[in-house]
Amino acid sequence: MTFEEIHQRLAGKFGAAIGPLAPANKDSFAVVPAAEIVAICRHLKDDPDLAFDCLMNLSSVDWPKKNQIEIVYHFWSYAKRHSFILKVALDRAAPAIASVESVWKAADWLEREQFDLMGVQFDGHPDLRRIMMPDDWVGFPLRKDYKEQPSWHNITTTRENSLEGYVRLDEFRKKVAEAASATAQASGAAAPTAPDKDAAAAKKEVLQ
Amino acid sequence: MKPLEIPTMDMTSKEVMRRIEISGDMLLNMGPQHPSTHGVINFLVQTDGEVMKRAIPEVGYLHRSLEKIGERCTYNGYMPYTDRVDYITAMCANQGWAMAVERLLGITVPKRAEYCRTIACELNRISSHLVSAGTMAMDIGAVTPFPYALREREYINDLLEELCGARLTYNYLRIGGVAFDLPSNFEEKLGTFLDHFEKILVEFNRLITYNEIFIKRLAHLAPIPAAMAIDYCLVGPNLRASGVQFDVRKDLPYSVYPEFQFDAPVGKGEVGTVGDSWDRFWCRCEEMRQSCRILRQCLAQIPKEGGTMAKVPRKIKLPEGTEAYSRIESARGDMQYYVIAGAGENAYRVKIRTGSFTAMGIIDVLSRGLMIADLVALIASLDVVAPEIDR
Repeated sequence: MTFEEIHQRLAGKFGAAIGPLAPANKDSFAVVPAAEIVAICRHLKDDPDLAFDCLMNLSSVDWPKKNQIEIVYHFWSYAKRHSFILKVALDRAAPAIASVESVWKAADWLEREQFDLMGVQFDGHPDLRRIMMPDDWVGFPLRKDYKEQPSWHNITTTRENSLEGYVRLDEFRKKVAEAASATAQASGAAAPTAPDKDAAAAKKEVLQ
Repeated sequence: MKPLEIPTMDMTSKEVMRRIEISGDMLLNMGPQHPSTHGVINFLVQTDGEVMKRAIPEVGYLHRSLEKIGERCTYNGYMPYTDRVDYITAMCANQGWAMAVERLLGITVPKRAEYCRTIACELNRISSHLVSAGTMAMDIGAVTPFPYALREREYINDLLEELCGARLTYNYLRIGGVAFDLPSNFEEKLGTFLDHFEKILVEFNRLITYNEIFIKRLAHLAPIPAAMAIDYCLVGPNLRASGVQFDVRKDLPYSVYPEFQFDAPVGKGEVGTVGDSWDRFWCRCEEMRQSCRILRQCLAQIPKEGGTMAKVPRKIKLPEGTEAYSRIESARGDMQYYVIAGAGENAYRVKIRTGSFTAMGIIDVLSRGLMIADLVALIASLDVVAPEIDR
């Protein structure tokens, strides 16, 4: 079945809850309300003509401008060899949606990942805890306004810049030359055996 | 900046450990540096003697935030990072990314470049399966096949090094083509390798696949029924071993795969149950043979002339919010990139769905009632690669 046929079939069952198919030219998707997601998913799986037996991918996208977090479901049917995409828009302040773990077991880990990295609460998930980050990590890395905490259990999360204090070679030569001329001026022609000057001269020699 | 709202945690890993402990069973940490876990993964094993009640995978030790990095890089600049998604099959990871962006741009890749890609990917698939098969044999106690497998992998590494200068993280594919054309004499060298390798595969099967001890060890071990494999979204050889005939190269053909004759081996339960650990092992061995078939056809059919790069704008800018989804058959199965274009030169969101990640989800269920030693075989037979789980 094509995207349009699947969309029509879903719209026939759920009516206005299924949003229009957009965009028309590329991979199109339909937006559905969060409240009905489990019923829609259950129907997608159980309807013998749709037969979406696999939840292929579950991802989420953060849209701070729209104040939304979007959950994207990619379905695939091994029986019918067709696919479909649904999106759900959630409130960014407290994103929560019902878990589809009861429909497809694959949703277990996929939802845990989005909970961990995007901070989406999946209601009814049997084991909702962080999967990639430590349990006591603060914040959700994939959010657009995420700021990493400076340290975690006294382990710093930043690294010293190894280029700090690095001087370009031409600048270094200039500095050495300046230092040499300054010492030459200060001490005059007599007593030129200051250790600083020796070191500077030696460096200059090496560089040239 | 507004402080982030933090949803409440129902359960933490510590809470899980505490619950296991009060049940009176033994709690073991298998990993994160256990040699059989193929990378850095931890298994919380709840056992009663040697029989496991449950093994809970704890992942995330190799989480490098590759999806977040994808939002910061240009489309071309992200290519070397995709190598690190799955370092054993870096070519396929490259191809998934290249195909997703090409789909957004609407570029057609030149024929010769597609053949170069196919040659590189199939060689990489063989080398990946060799690592998987060799380490699996080693994990369950047969050390001999491992150096045999690695010796063959060395030839492939040498070939790929000639092709792109790297032995592990290739960065060979470009958006719109490949970085280099085939070097001189490459086709002859590849032909020589195939002549040699096809014989070695027969030998390898005699040495280990149909070895009586090996079969007794793996037959009937942790079988996955087809419906369960689909429900848990297993992909690639793991899915096919359960008897589901599905290969992205055949069923959703991309690149030049429709031009080749090859089979996607399906588990038949030859020595045990359909979808047991032996079937998964056998599927990989058979896939190596099929890859050889594809490579032979590649050599026969590759166009002698033609560029290796399509015309791609130097700065790739895409209409904001357009999205693409690419599916390719990596060595670990259906690998998928979901890309949403951003306003500038980089993506707004990159989501990588890998085969190892979903394969890990099934271990908890399968491990119930297994022996601890069998857990090692189960992990190896699912061929999980730690960086690909965590990304």
